[in-house]
Amino acid sequence: MLDTIKEAPITEGFISSPLSYMDAIVLAQKEEMLRDERVVLIGEDISIYGGTDLVKSFDENRVRNMPISENSFTGMAIGAAMTGLRPIVDLTIASFTYLASDQIINQASKLRYMTGGQVQVPIVFRTGMYYNIGNAAQHSDRPYPFFMSAPGLKIIVPSTPADMKGLLKSAVRDDDPVMIFEDCNLWAKKEEVSTDPNYLIPIGSADIKRAGSDVTIISIGACLPMVLAAAETLQEQGVSAEVVDPRTLVPLDKEVLIRSVAKTGRLVIVDNAHRTNSAASEISAVISEEAFESLRKPIQRVTTADVHIPFSPILEKVVYPTASDVIDAVNKIQ
Amino acid sequence: MSLNKSGHLEMYRRMQRIRFFEEAAKTLPVEGHLSIGQEGAIVGACMALRDDDYITGTHRSHGHPIGKGATLAPLMAELLGKASGICRGRGGSMHLADFSVGVVGESAIVGGGIPLATGAGFSAQVRGTDQVSLCFFGDGASNQGTFSESMNLAAVWKLPVIFFCENNGYAISTSVEKSHGQPDIAKRADGYGIPSVIVDGQDALAVYKVTNEAVIRARSGDGPTLIEAKTYRFEEHCDNLNVPIPYRSQEEINDYVTTRDPIIIYQKALLAMGEVRQIDLEDIKSEVEVEVQAAVDFAQQSAYPDPADIYQNMYSSPIHYPAQPRN
Repeated sequence: MLDTIKEAPITEGFISSPLSYMDAIVLAQKEEMLRDERVVLIGEDISIYGGTDLVKSFDENRVRNMPISENSFTGMAIGAAMTGLRPIVDLTIASFTYLASDQIINQASKLRYMTGGQVQVPIVFRTGMYYNIGNAAQHSDRPYPFFMSAPGLKIIVPSTPADMKGLLKSAVRDDDPVMIFEDCNLWAKKEEVSTDPNYLIPIGSADIKRAGSDVTIISIGACLPMVLAAAETLQEQGVSAEVVDPRTLVPLDKEVLIRSVAKTGRLVIVDNAHRTNSAASEISAVISEEAFESLRKPIQRVTTADVHIPFSPILEKVVYPTASDVIDAVNKIQ
Repeated sequence: MSLNKSGHLEMYRRMQRIRFFEEAAKTLPVEGHLSIGQEGAIVGACMALRDDDYITGTHRSHGHPIGKGATLAPLMAELLGKASGICRGRGGSMHLADFSVGVVGESAIVGGGIPLATGAGFSAQVRGTDQVSLCFFGDGASNQGTFSESMNLAAVWKLPVIFFCENNGYAISTSVEKSHGQPDIAKRADGYGIPSVIVDGQDALAVYKVTNEAVIRARSGDGPTLIEAKTYRFEEHCDNLNVPIPYRSQEEINDYVTTRDPIIIYQKALLAMGEVRQIDLEDIKSEVEVEVQAAVDFAQQSAYPDPADIYQNMYSSPIHYPAQPRN
């Protein structure tokens, strides 16, 4: 049970080494595949999208390249998860999750419940969010909010290499379907990460990335580097911002978020998803319902506008939240 | 492998179980999709499988677990939404998935179970067992993308999967003729490099024979087969469905019911073979009647689930769930 797994930033007896976000994705899978032979990886063109080491390290029984049939190979993996394997499905680009969403939602998320608990569906759906690199609207989605409204799934949005390693490994060991939204804008980011092959971060635990006292900024996924930079600028202006990363969107670590808002009395939520029904919207609703008396000013959402992602770089760069948007939002409620 | 006497009697018993189960379901307050008329296809296929083989099924879900050997009482209780139901009252008539007999899903999303069955075959291949997976689906499902995609996936890796189409002629009110450019669904297999066969779904022995060949092929690593069993549902798409414009003639229905009943056809074949006596079959029929009545009694006497348990089985390891209490 993951409830009992404690976070271990650097475990005794293990050193840390510099690891990029992309390295963490590959290493977490490799360690889990070495640990448990039931773990298999399937997806399209795995070797091209960062999985070269995995393709070289395991035979076709463990790493299998798929034809372009997202809905059915996803369903195939779900069938395998119910009959003794623990598959990782690489859905490459997040816009493709819509094609697989029938099997993810109608089968994976529902089968445990609607069979009265006869079966477990231990499966991980990985997908990369490739926005902000001139790929236009059909390759640039950040669709985690869609899946947040399908109960039965666990939704993870890691923002650092260490979080990626610890959360992806926890996802593989979890007995429920877990969707993990990776962010290509973070691929090259590096930090020291424990070499412990049992380094796990519990699903459902938020992390305070920067302590502060005047305003809480909840940062989702790859917004983090930009939000931390904004927090430094705010500090220079005399505003102490606390930056909280939920890391897991379902289940949401409400306690940590509410505690931070109780301390600061002000909340800005930064989310790269489209504004309507974003993760920011859901968190805003939770805080309004459960911590309204802590708020001294209205909650602010800083999100991508409700517009499709345009190709031209000059157009694309204006649609996502920026540090100055975050600073403006904070200043608005000071 | 051909059936011995006890195999024949077991096949007969399972067909009668489906028939009596469905007749009983008609008397209950259940909006059921009944399998009456399709027993020969279902049981003929299941009898070619081992207990540890997998199947997936459809919204017309009552027959598949019974064909695979499931106990009737929890299935009947599920129809009534009782806590003792096979799915604890969370699935209902369209989802009588009994995992204890190898059912890995009865999907009410048409075509949704085809990838799952393919995955059970994939799993058997990766784990190195000789289990096979048989996927029941209808003529309507053959027009879903999952049918074509899964056939290709299974063909590419020679997965031990049997794609078994219960072609009953109609997807609700839409006939095969009006929805398939080429009405013999089995012919589609050639496009994926898969062997296929058309069989009379009203003839349980014929179904058993072709399925057995497909199972041998799958178990020996030679990959999937597509079987198209031409069958017929004697009842309406589902109980109480209002059909404003008839889509099949009463003559057609009468013809199947009077001359193409799979149980009568099998009964005649068994007696003609001289292996079993009329009294053996009558005994089985009486036993099944008692068994089904006991299942109905069990279902009716069972308690409903407690609304306090509504979140049960949402997650294996719930953390901060539910996100908020219900008001």
